[in-house]
Amino acid sequence: MSLGNRPPSFGSSVSSMPSRARELAKLVREKEIKAQEILEVSLREIAARDGEINSFNLLLQDQAMEDAKRVDEAVAKGGYKGRLAGVPIAIKDNICTKGILTTCSSKILANWKPPYDATVITKLKEEGAVIVGKTNMDEFAMGSSTETSFFGPTKNPWDTTRVPGGSSGGSAAAVAAGMLPLALGSDTGGSIRQPASLCGVVGIKPTYGLVSRYGLVAFASSLDQIGPFAASVDDAALALEVLAFHDRRDSTSLAGGLYGSQHIKKDISSLRVGIIRNFLPDAAESCRRAVTDAGQFLAGLGAKVEEVDIPELDYGIAAYYIIAPAEASSNLARFDGVRYGLRVDGEDVEEMNIRTRTAGFGLEVKRRIMLGTYALSAGYYDAYYLQAQKVRSLVKEAFNKAYQNYDVLLSPTSPTVAFSLGAKVADPLSMYLSDLYTIPTNLAGHPAISIPFGTGEDNMPVGLQILGPALSEALLIQVAEVLEAG
Amino acid sequence: MTQDLLQTSETDDLKGFEIVVGLEVHCELLTQTKLFCGCKNNFGDEPNTNVCPVCLGLPGSLPVLNKKAVELAMRIGKALNCAILPSTFHRKNYFYPDMPKDFQISQYDQPINANGYLDLPDRSRVGVERAHIEEDTGKSLHIGGSGRISEATRSLVDYNRAGVPLVEIVSAPEIRSSQQAKTYVQELRQILVATGASDGRMEEGSMRVDANVSVRPIGSKTFGTRCEIKNLNSLKSLTQAIEYEARRQVDLIMEGKVVSQETRHYNETTNSTSSMRSKEEANDYRYFPEPDLVPLSPDALWIEEVTSDIVPLLPATKRARLLSLVGDEYLSQVTIVVEMELDEFVSEAVKEGADVKLVLNRVINEAARDPEKARELLVRDFVDLIMMEASNKLSATQSKAILQEMIDSNESPDVIAKRLGFEQMSTDNLREIVAKVIADNQNEWNRYLAGDEKVIQFLLGQIMRLTKGRANGKEVMGIMTEIKKQNS
Repeated sequence: MSLGNRPPSFGSSVSSMPSRARELAKLVREKEIKAQEILEVSLREIAARDGEINSFNLLLQDQAMEDAKRVDEAVAKGGYKGRLAGVPIAIKDNICTKGILTTCSSKILANWKPPYDATVITKLKEEGAVIVGKTNMDEFAMGSSTETSFFGPTKNPWDTTRVPGGSSGGSAAAVAAGMLPLALGSDTGGSIRQPASLCGVVGIKPTYGLVSRYGLVAFASSLDQIGPFAASVDDAALALEVLAFHDRRDSTSLAGGLYGSQHIKKDISSLRVGIIRNFLPDAAESCRRAVTDAGQFLAGLGAKVEEVDIPELDYGIAAYYIIAPAEASSNLARFDGVRYGLRVDGEDVEEMNIRTRTAGFGLEVKRRIMLGTYALSAGYYDAYYLQAQKVRSLVKEAFNKAYQNYDVLLSPTSPTVAFSLGAKVADPLSMYLSDLYTIPTNLAGHPAISIPFGTGEDNMPVGLQILGPALSEALLIQVAEVLEAG
Repeated sequence: MTQDLLQTSETDDLKGFEIVVGLEVHCELLTQTKLFCGCKNNFGDEPNTNVCPVCLGLPGSLPVLNKKAVELAMRIGKALNCAILPSTFHRKNYFYPDMPKDFQISQYDQPINANGYLDLPDRSRVGVERAHIEEDTGKSLHIGGSGRISEATRSLVDYNRAGVPLVEIVSAPEIRSSQQAKTYVQELRQILVATGASDGRMEEGSMRVDANVSVRPIGSKTFGTRCEIKNLNSLKSLTQAIEYEARRQVDLIMEGKVVSQETRHYNETTNSTSSMRSKEEANDYRYFPEPDLVPLSPDALWIEEVTSDIVPLLPATKRARLLSLVGDEYLSQVTIVVEMELDEFVSEAVKEGADVKLVLNRVINEAARDPEKARELLVRDFVDLIMMEASNKLSATQSKAILQEMIDSNESPDVIAKRLGFEQMSTDNLREIVAKVIADNQNEWNRYLAGDEKVIQFLLGQIMRLTKGRANGKEVMGIMTEIKKQNS
């Protein structure tokens, strides 16, 4: 039990080891430190702590050591430019890695090794990152606590009786516990930001299309985005810089060179900040306070800070729980026992399909498949799916209207600090409400960042969400860095 | 009884009802690669060799639309007089082992082509409601039982075909007979081939036809309940299935029963249809917009670039062009000539001055046996042949035989004529022989000069004997008349 204890940062057990990815990569490129040494530290931390935390579904010691060695050899040859040279990174287990188990923390994919790498994986390797393992998650990214994982829950490194949030709980916990400096997650309705908030780390949900989804096992295709976790805003920014590129394999991938396109380094004194007022009343006191404190801090630097009501955002969650399950019901149809993954035989194909899916999917996944199938069914489509799409448009319009008056918006990332394991498992609705403040961003396709902003109830970390219009990542990062320093 | 036996035409069987047919034609596009990935689009390769994460629907894979497939779809749209529109893709969800994602990416309420029509050679017009893009499924092979999935002990799937680009062409329910349905499919097939969109091979499954069939009392404005007939693998199956199904529906109605909406399977062997699934058993496809693809909005410039050459390639254009040259009375011959893609050939021959009727007859009867080879004939040679026949240097029989040889050997007609001994005497040679026959048969010649017309047959016979039949009768007569004039 580590109640109320801030976990150690990466490399803190080794005096010569910096904790930040940017510095580590720089030292590796400058031959001051070897990628293999960094990896050894990472593996040691994981060995020491992950038995309790359970953030990894799979560790790749040998392969990672080979990758690290290759980076060291490339550096030795001279002129190595890799932006993440020798930086250990953890990958959420719904991102495809060639020849390496990619399970989505589901029984139905527990044995599946993709024959290809996700484009982001290829990119990370090109930049010298060393993939250490695959991290635990809610099954198929459906959940807000990492408790729906087939492999058991991940624990919050601040307090192992609590959840790390989800669905990217393993990635958030691994970074929070100082096991490594970077991790990838995916965010469909808050699955990066909420666990970042609950674990006291930085998490970015990029603009839809900024990061390639090719190789990300789809949950809800129109909402999913891959993004980074890091212990600092600067490291998250470095990772995002690497992840943002055009991928011709993803039709929704934006043109290259867009990240930073709206990077107008703003004078904070000219910044217009809106605090989403209707996101405050239902939040815990500590989470409300984080937002008002952040507002006051920025106001102190000369920013114009106001509270603003954006009532349309309150309907986001209702629309989301139609759209996301609808897409999921279709995306998850392929897990039928015919080609890969689990197969439970039956008398005929249909029975085999049914038995496989009955045995292979967990309760929450089944619940969402049922919800989504219902919402798309003849006679209900107009009332549910179409209506939800209209709400989605309204949410987007409301955001865009707000961004005419404000450069960024502030809100709590999550209504509460990390809750106890098991507390919401039996009550899906209360679990869904964990993502009340993060979901509208996904519906709009906008970016948002969650940064740790003090501690709250029981000395647990509190997350602050900074939201901005499409492709405003650079500005969000700038504001986040100002607040991080303050 | 005799009366009944004579009444075999389809309408006579239908007891005052008319057939209403709408056709759904799926055609595989002639692209190098599949619709959403770079795998080869190749018929007949080793099973599961043209596959990748995308067309196998592996988790995490995403579709990227094939530009060439869009261009071929637009060419089809233009050829079918459709509006080419901004369009979107939808997912059609249902479980089937040969469908890797358990949904098919198709177009739904916003197809790329809509509101067109097809003018048939019989001068009827059939509306084309839409011609949209979608992906093909894999192919299942069921082992054990009767080869049907329900009785199989195991099944194998070949995903080479999964993701092959298709265009589905949906006609309006405006077809009124099995013959018209056949004509529509024939015309459509020609269009698909002419535009380079598809090879239109029904037997290889690159063109697949489903027929929606209903019947109604002649004069009725409302439609009867329709049945969708599947497994129509040939034009013969198409016409027979429509006729069978129409009779079945009329019989039901005449017995006071109702036709229920269902999908029916046509059995070639028994020439009958049987129920596959009722409307109640039909899938709810749960269509929704495909989030992994972006809307498709071809601009005017691209459409123009891709479709500007279409109109002259169309069979209707070709028919009109040839008819204007040979005359409307040759519609049925011209239709066949265009279908065999011999219209250019015929048109050139006619322009060279060859006799229209002879040209059409020889092309339809002889060239039709192997249109592909016939297209390689030199027009000049063909015209020479027709000229020889027209000027009686060759008999019809000889002309046919020579044309057959020309198609097989590519030699010129006079070479073949010589080889076959069809070469006619030169006029000088003929004059010598006529003179010799006159000299040898003075009595008969004198009788002829005296006005005995019958004796001419004897003289002609002698000449033919000496020339071994190579003399042209008319020419011989001309020479003899000439000599007669000189002698009188």
